[in-house]
Amino acid sequence: MLTLYGATFTSRLLLGTAQYPSPECLKQAVKASGAEIVTVSLRRESARARTGQGFWALIEQLGAKVLPNTAGCRTAKEAIATAKMARELFGTNWVKLEVVDNDDTLQPDLFGLVEAASELAKEGFEVLPYTTEDLSAAERLVGAGCKVLMPWAAPIGSARGLVNKDALKTLRAYFRETPLIIDAGIGAPSHAAEAMEMGYDAVLLNTAVAKAGDPVRMASAFARAIEAGRLAFESGLIEPRDMASPSTPVAGTPFFKIDNAS
Amino acid sequence: MQILLNGKRVATEARNLDELCEGLGFADAKIATAVNGSFVAASDRKQTPLAEAAEVEIVAPRQGG
Repeated sequence: MLTLYGATFTSRLLLGTAQYPSPECLKQAVKASGAEIVTVSLRRESARARTGQGFWALIEQLGAKVLPNTAGCRTAKEAIATAKMARELFGTNWVKLEVVDNDDTLQPDLFGLVEAASELAKEGFEVLPYTTEDLSAAERLVGAGCKVLMPWAAPIGSARGLVNKDALKTLRAYFRETPLIIDAGIGAPSHAAEAMEMGYDAVLLNTAVAKAGDPVRMASAFARAIEAGRLAFESGLIEPRDMASPSTPVAGTPFFKIDNAS
Repeated sequence: MQILLNGKRVATEARNLDELCEGLGFADAKIATAVNGSFVAASDRKQTPLAEAAEVEIVAPRQGG
């Protein structure tokens, strides 16, 4: 079971709700993924279009726990105000905290992130920060009150998989008790499986499913990969080695001469 | 009075944030608000006056990753 801020979940896949070809496709993909947590955002509401009202009705149908993000916020102040609006709107203390100030990499601004996390934790938020694999930043975030960390695998939407595996392994080894969720940069189910095999607690992704040729089947593929990766981690993977080691018993091999008479 | 509503300059006669939201047809809508960069709770909108050049944000749920 996955436990985040005292709440337990069977699925270790958190799914984003953006970029699907249609609302119906989103619904089917969430169902196929088995995700019990979905991410959402806040955007300006037009009095004419009232787009958000229809989307909220759709989200309610999913029956999943909602994790609002602060995507697009460039400063701690913006992220804090957005988190407070999200708390009122969605009725949850959970927030996927994003403070990003670089449009090319969408890399978290770690200074703003720690500042916002500290303030929000004091105000009773349960913060899930979108961060990098940086160990010092992770320590600061935990010190600020974060009980979950969400390091990126690669830049958002890049589909590059686990770019800095060594640092991600270090992070996992260092924070043994803190739930760690890989967030962003996953492109293929194999990437997600690899993260789970490394002992990560869950994977959060969006684009790799939403922009797939068949999002619903891809959602199912990710669900299986994440389940397989977790099972493998719990089962204890063998260590790689430099040289070959025969799997078939050597003893009793036909034609093998134990006593070489020559 | 001119205010900046969701990044666009608009004219309004609303005296407070609650009147503005109601005038836009958001009385029962699922929205959240901020004025001049700070969150304003739904219960505080009536007590939040709008001044010339106030920057108002009205947001609603949307897809997100």
